[in-house]
Amino acid sequence: MGGCEHHQLGETSDEKGQVLLSRFSLSQSPSGSSELKMSEPTVADTRRLNSKPQDLTDAYGPPSNFLEIDVFNPQTIGVGRTRYTTYELRMRTNLPIFKMKDSCVRRRYSDFEWLKNELERDSKIVVPPLPGKALKRQLPFRGDEGIFEESFIEERRVGLEQFINKIAGHPLAQNERCLHMFLQEETIDRNYVPGKPQ
Amino acid sequence: MSFFSFGQSAEIDIVLNDAETRKKVEHKAEDGKKDKYFLFYDGETVSGKVNVTLKNAGKRLEHQGIKIEFIGQIELYYDRGNHHEFVSLVKDLARPGELTQSQTFDFEFTHVEKPYESYTGQNVKLRYFLRATISRRLNDVVKEMDIVVHTLSTYPELNSSIKMEVGIEDCLHIEFEYNKSKYHLKDVIVGKIYFLLVRIKVKHMEIDIIKRETTGTGPNVYHENETIAKYEIMDGAPVRGESIPIRLFLAGYELTPTMRDINKKFSVRYYLNLVLIDEEERRYFKQQEITLWRKGDIVRKSMSHQAAIASQRFEGSSSIESKMQAQAQAQAKEDGN
Repeated sequence: MGGCEHHQLGETSDEKGQVLLSRFSLSQSPSGSSELKMSEPTVADTRRLNSKPQDLTDAYGPPSNFLEIDVFNPQTIGVGRTRYTTYELRMRTNLPIFKMKDSCVRRRYSDFEWLKNELERDSKIVVPPLPGKALKRQLPFRGDEGIFEESFIEERRVGLEQFINKIAGHPLAQNERCLHMFLQEETIDRNYVPGKPQ
Repeated sequence: MSFFSFGQSAEIDIVLNDAETRKKVEHKAEDGKKDKYFLFYDGETVSGKVNVTLKNAGKRLEHQGIKIEFIGQIELYYDRGNHHEFVSLVKDLARPGELTQSQTFDFEFTHVEKPYESYTGQNVKLRYFLRATISRRLNDVVKEMDIVVHTLSTYPELNSSIKMEVGIEDCLHIEFEYNKSKYHLKDVIVGKIYFLLVRIKVKHMEIDIIKRETTGTGPNVYHENETIAKYEIMDGAPVRGESIPIRLFLAGYELTPTMRDINKKFSVRYYLNLVLIDEEERRYFKQQEITLWRKGDIVRKSMSHQAAIASQRFEGSSSIESKMQAQAQAQAKEDGN
């Protein structure tokens, strides 16, 4: 058996977002010892292949894929024409790729747009859609509060939560600095250098 | 076909000598319809009778010759005009002259080589057929009869299992194993998937059988993929240390043997595609080629004479073993299709 060849993350292969699993190390099939001695059996052998019994701490322990992000507590900041809404983003995870297992930041809609653009440019991921920009709601002479309407904010909050949970779980997105900065750093440095997380 | 009510016209009918005993199999036509055809193997003799029936009793049929051909050809759908004939045999039944009454002609194509299996695919067709022709000045009378050829193999000497560790660094590591790399068409794929690391939220796992038909050469290669089967092997989230068994019976699916570079015109290959799907519908996959082959049945003693002759044709083979294998191939009949 040769040395372990550790590959980079598999690349997304097509628009459907398929990821090809790459090979790690060549396990040699036991060619000499288990050459199948077929003496023309009439019924195929369908017995299960041997497998190691599972360790009970693995079976009943916490799963290694815990990742939950809550988008909640919308707050409208400022007055008049310069108002905007921010949302609290709370992330809980046990994935080792994230530096903090529990983090909390505040983000606004344009921050989400920034993240989407960064990922679309730097990675081969098909980024899920964001909830709409609602430009109509920003026009004057509306009967309601426009983008500060409670029902609209709630609708947007739900969309943003779906978006961030979808993208944060993507193995290729987890390999981009912009995602980590978005989720776990207090402010987004728009002059950052894109690349892999440290 | 004659459009004139005067003059003579004829009908041709081709009947095989062993029509009563020879097995028929279903084969899908280009339009998808299934029909039954006589089954032949490599080396078998194709013999029978051509019945020429005159339509207008009493009138004579003038002709420029009557013949019967046995043809094996490959037809690429994008290039219909060119038929690539790899087997072409002809027997003259009658010299130019005239028929005064309906007549029957015997024919025999002895120990015909049929090197490839009949195949009707998405972009290419390989077929064998008999064609009887009455040549005439204005228009020939032609009758074709298709037959189906199956190519048989025996259990391969070397049939190692496929075992590999694949995944995405630090996210998902699995080890998959399939018990063989070469399966016959009624075989069972027995395998397992062992999870070494699961940091993504897997929802379920399936195994697909993909058929890839490749036509064309050089820069004009065209692949046509078809998913023959989708078989879910796991529903739910696995954790480290879990082993998921695979047991996939091939007999239930429409499969052909693996065909590699047939007459340098096309290939038909099969792949197992292991697919894991996570909660956000992302798909993680690993494709692996398998070889499919057609298994013959128990040897029949009555065919031994014909088989002995067929085995003599394999003159190039040096070992006795391969001669015996050839004999087994010529003799073997299939068990139910």
